[in-house]
Amino acid sequence: MSDALKSGQAPLYVTAPKRSFRPRLTLALDTFGAWTLAIVWIAPLLFAVWAAFHSTSDAVNFNLSGAWTLDNFRTAWDGAPWMRYFLNTFLLVSVVLAGQLVVTTLAGYAFAQFQFPGRDVLFIIVLLQLFILPEVLIVENYAMVTRLGMFDTVFGIGTPYWASAFGIFLMRQAFKSVPKELDEAARIEGCSWFGVLWRVYVPSAKPTYLAYALVSVSTHWNNFLWPLIVTNSETTRPLTVGLSLFGAPESGVNISVISAATIMSIAPLLIAFLLFQRQFVQAFLRAGIK
Amino acid sequence: MNDLARYERRRRIMYGWMLLSPALILLSLFAFIPSAMTFWSSLFSRGTRRNPSEFVGTGNYDLLFADPTFSKVVVNNLIYAGVTIPVSIIIALAMALWANSKIPARGFVRTAFFTPTILPMIAAANIWLFFYTPGLGVLDQIGALFGFGSVNWLGRPETALWAVIIVTIWKEAGFFMIFYLAALQTIPPDLKEAADIEGTSRWTYTRRIVLPLLMPTTIFVAVNALINSVKLIDHLFILTKGGPSDASKLVLYYIWELAFSYFDRPQGAALTVMVLLVLGITAAIKFIILDRRTHYQ
Repeated sequence: MSDALKSGQAPLYVTAPKRSFRPRLTLALDTFGAWTLAIVWIAPLLFAVWAAFHSTSDAVNFNLSGAWTLDNFRTAWDGAPWMRYFLNTFLLVSVVLAGQLVVTTLAGYAFAQFQFPGRDVLFIIVLLQLFILPEVLIVENYAMVTRLGMFDTVFGIGTPYWASAFGIFLMRQAFKSVPKELDEAARIEGCSWFGVLWRVYVPSAKPTYLAYALVSVSTHWNNFLWPLIVTNSETTRPLTVGLSLFGAPESGVNISVISAATIMSIAPLLIAFLLFQRQFVQAFLRAGIK
Repeated sequence: MNDLARYERRRRIMYGWMLLSPALILLSLFAFIPSAMTFWSSLFSRGTRRNPSEFVGTGNYDLLFADPTFSKVVVNNLIYAGVTIPVSIIIALAMALWANSKIPARGFVRTAFFTPTILPMIAAANIWLFFYTPGLGVLDQIGALFGFGSVNWLGRPETALWAVIIVTIWKEAGFFMIFYLAALQTIPPDLKEAADIEGTSRWTYTRRIVLPLLMPTTIFVAVNALINSVKLIDHLFILTKGGPSDASKLVLYYIWELAFSYFDRPQGAALTVMVLLVLGITAAIKFIILDRRTHYQ
């Protein structure tokens, strides 16, 4: 429009936004639909939180005026070695993330900046792993981990995830966008290949690292099937497996106590998410789309 | 000079392989060798003390095809995929369109949609258990208000799989929403303005302009949803354990059961090979056909 004005012609359209009934009706309908769906979507979680703070009889009878109590948390806490499970999960996500960062950085760097024969074929082979899900290979991976003497250890749970094809792909993309001149300048300054990686590439890929770290931590905090298979004792079992044992019907625990245990074990990640929501969503987006 | 260039080139090749070696070793150990071993062990019979394991060719596959549980879990998984994929996509799209419109309390709406995504499947299952419990559960209580009797949602063959499906949709729709949301924000606002000037209805604008522009996102989301329909089974351990009488049993759960409950590794391996085959075909379709059109970098 500004071009039209500059050239002295009358602007084609100067429409004031219409203040008619229709847009307001649409907005009202949109608001109604969005709020209804949002409330339906969050209700199960809110209900679990509410139930966790009330006695079982209040919870199952929807006694909204029932007294708030911490008893369920006390019972749940005494019912299983949660401290140990928290520690195990914390160790697990740290081991997984640390290994992934090293392995994917090196491989991503090689794929992005080194020319060598067979590179593109190798890259496709790596990408294949996106579809050979670790979850599907449980039978043979269990045999492999046992063979390597890592059964029932944190490394047994974590190592199979280190060479994440997805991480390698992300790092390659991030490193590819680093200008070649920076790389060359650093080399002229006398940096070794490792120096270049450490001083030029790694710092410039910080947002990707943050995104990948958030996705990795939340994935492995929540992972269940593989840890269930390769753990056998309290000293390695992560929270999810502990929670599943705690809530098993055989253990005869009531629903309010299960809710308390559930809320307890999701609390750290949930609070982190609510505080850093924007970063979380950005991370999942960056990790998914690139 | 030529020697120097050649030396430099050789050095780069060496560094390249060196940098890749940790990843390649680990991928071999935990993806490629296990895949090959899975295929290999699916060709041998289950060894017992009396009958040592021997080569049986396609014997395990024949057993599997004759196993009624096998056809049951395949059908279940097809229903699971056939419902969760389109329904999650449609809900995710609706969520994204709403979360992108100028409604009041948009932040709350977005948070509400996305939060289930970050919960572990086990926690989601525990939460929903409360809804499904017969008599005491929330669903029955709501039903009772309308005069319906108590339904054992998880204990009846007709409803168990659906109860599982609902939890999966609840868990993944918000995740897919963010991809649609991001794609919606890249649609230039002039398109909307032009459509408004032309007097296009909102429905036509959405159908003719927004949906086609979201196509690459839909493909991306659909491939993810397909993979999820194979791997999202954690909630079965809490909700139904595959029952009643296999009504809600899914393929990956059955693999777990075969290998770690019945200790029938060869059968588990044969079933794994079939899943890998399906995933491989998906990968091929994705890389060869779809990525030609929606190309990254």
